Amino acid sequence: MYSFAYHKPTSVKDAAGAFAKGSEARYLAGGHTLLPSMRLRLSHPSDLVDLAGVAELKGIKVDGGTVTIGAMTPHGEVASNAAVAKAIPALAKLAGGIGDPQVRNRGTIGGSLANSDPAADYPAAVLGLGATIKTNKREIKADDYFKGLFETALEDGELITSVSFPVPEKAGYAKFANPASRYAIVGVFVAKTKGGVRVAVTGAGPCAFRQAAMEKALSGGFTADAVANVKHAASGLNSDLHASAEYRAHLVTVMAKRAVAAAS
Amino acid sequence: MAISVSMTVNGKAVSAPVEERTLLVHYLRDHLGLTGTHVGCDTSQCGACVVHVDGKSVKSCTVLAVQAQGAPVTTIEGLAKDGKLHPMQEAFRENHGLQCGFCTPGMVMSALDLVKNNPSPSESEIRHHLEGNICRCTGYHNIVKSIAAGAKAMGGR
Repeated sequence: MYSFAYHKPTSVKDAAGAFAKGSEARYLAGGHTLLPSMRLRLSHPSDLVDLAGVAELKGIKVDGGTVTIGAMTPHGEVASNAAVAKAIPALAKLAGGIGDPQVRNRGTIGGSLANSDPAADYPAAVLGLGATIKTNKREIKADDYFKGLFETALEDGELITSVSFPVPEKAGYAKFANPASRYAIVGVFVAKTKGGVRVAVTGAGPCAFRQAAMEKALSGGFTADAVANVKHAASGLNSDLHASAEYRAHLVTVMAKRAVAAAS
Repeated sequence: MAISVSMTVNGKAVSAPVEERTLLVHYLRDHLGLTGTHVGCDTSQCGACVVHVDGKSVKSCTVLAVQAQGAPVTTIEGLAKDGKLHPMQEAFRENHGLQCGFCTPGMVMSALDLVKNNPSPSESEIRHHLEGNICRCTGYHNIVKSIAAGAKAMGGR
């Protein structure tokens, strides 16, 4: 990888300050996407701002019907947190299915969302539960956050500080995982919330998106049968060596059925 | 530009001047001579480079040395005590848990992270935990057997 200047601030304010001073700075969270892409020389930041020393970005809080997860909380901690497992079991299960144990020890929710890999798991939960992404500048609703392939509403230098998930009545997640990387070829998150049913799909398109026809079908009855005949169009879906767009379209329905069946 | 990176490796305080971009695995192998930690795929898939940082298993090919600044690090070399293999290493030997041996250090370090949180893992829990460790001799069956025996020898049921 190319050389860079390394910074390790201890506050969000100092992190943003260090970022602003670099010509092509990047924040370093768990580093499990950024470091491999730097090693391939696909990414060559002038400065790396390591967030590991910023205590205010870590931790999990469950209260008053909201689960709030600090941006630098690793997946493994979300997966093994008893309060999360009780409040939103589907969220704990999703976190426990990301990558492998070593990835889960390093990778973070903030890093995953800032990167917005089309096959990442967390975007499905964030969009499916209608979470709020808090940054050092503002709050962004999940519906306004995902913009395209590796593209989010975050501005240059804007730093995710935490994510707040409203506790749903029930929710479920199912993914068809790539057997090597465990990335979602297609993952579907379903949630029955006070505001209605939400269905979010990851892995299938350029970024996570909601599936309106399935939301409508599940509003009439939250059962796997209700979505069994709701087809998703293949146009616009990802097509690569792992799966064609048509196959992914088929998987959207299959994963939606499994997610509803698994919901609790 | 070189910076001084210090950490505690296998209980011993160490320090070396390295570049910011130096990976933890190269710090261990090239600067400390601890070549038991292997570089396999070099892309954080295979798990041959697994070590423990702050008591948790990580892939040292995807961690900068500077990220482990000040942290306790354990490598495969830190397991045997007084010339006696660690029970998990002994279990791999007893159960033919290795063929070429290339993946073995990572397998053992990953297994110890599992046993720390789950002293008596079931076969399926062991297999699930090894998702990030690849054995290209495909000797998984005996690796799983070894980890079950190692866990038992360490005090699990």
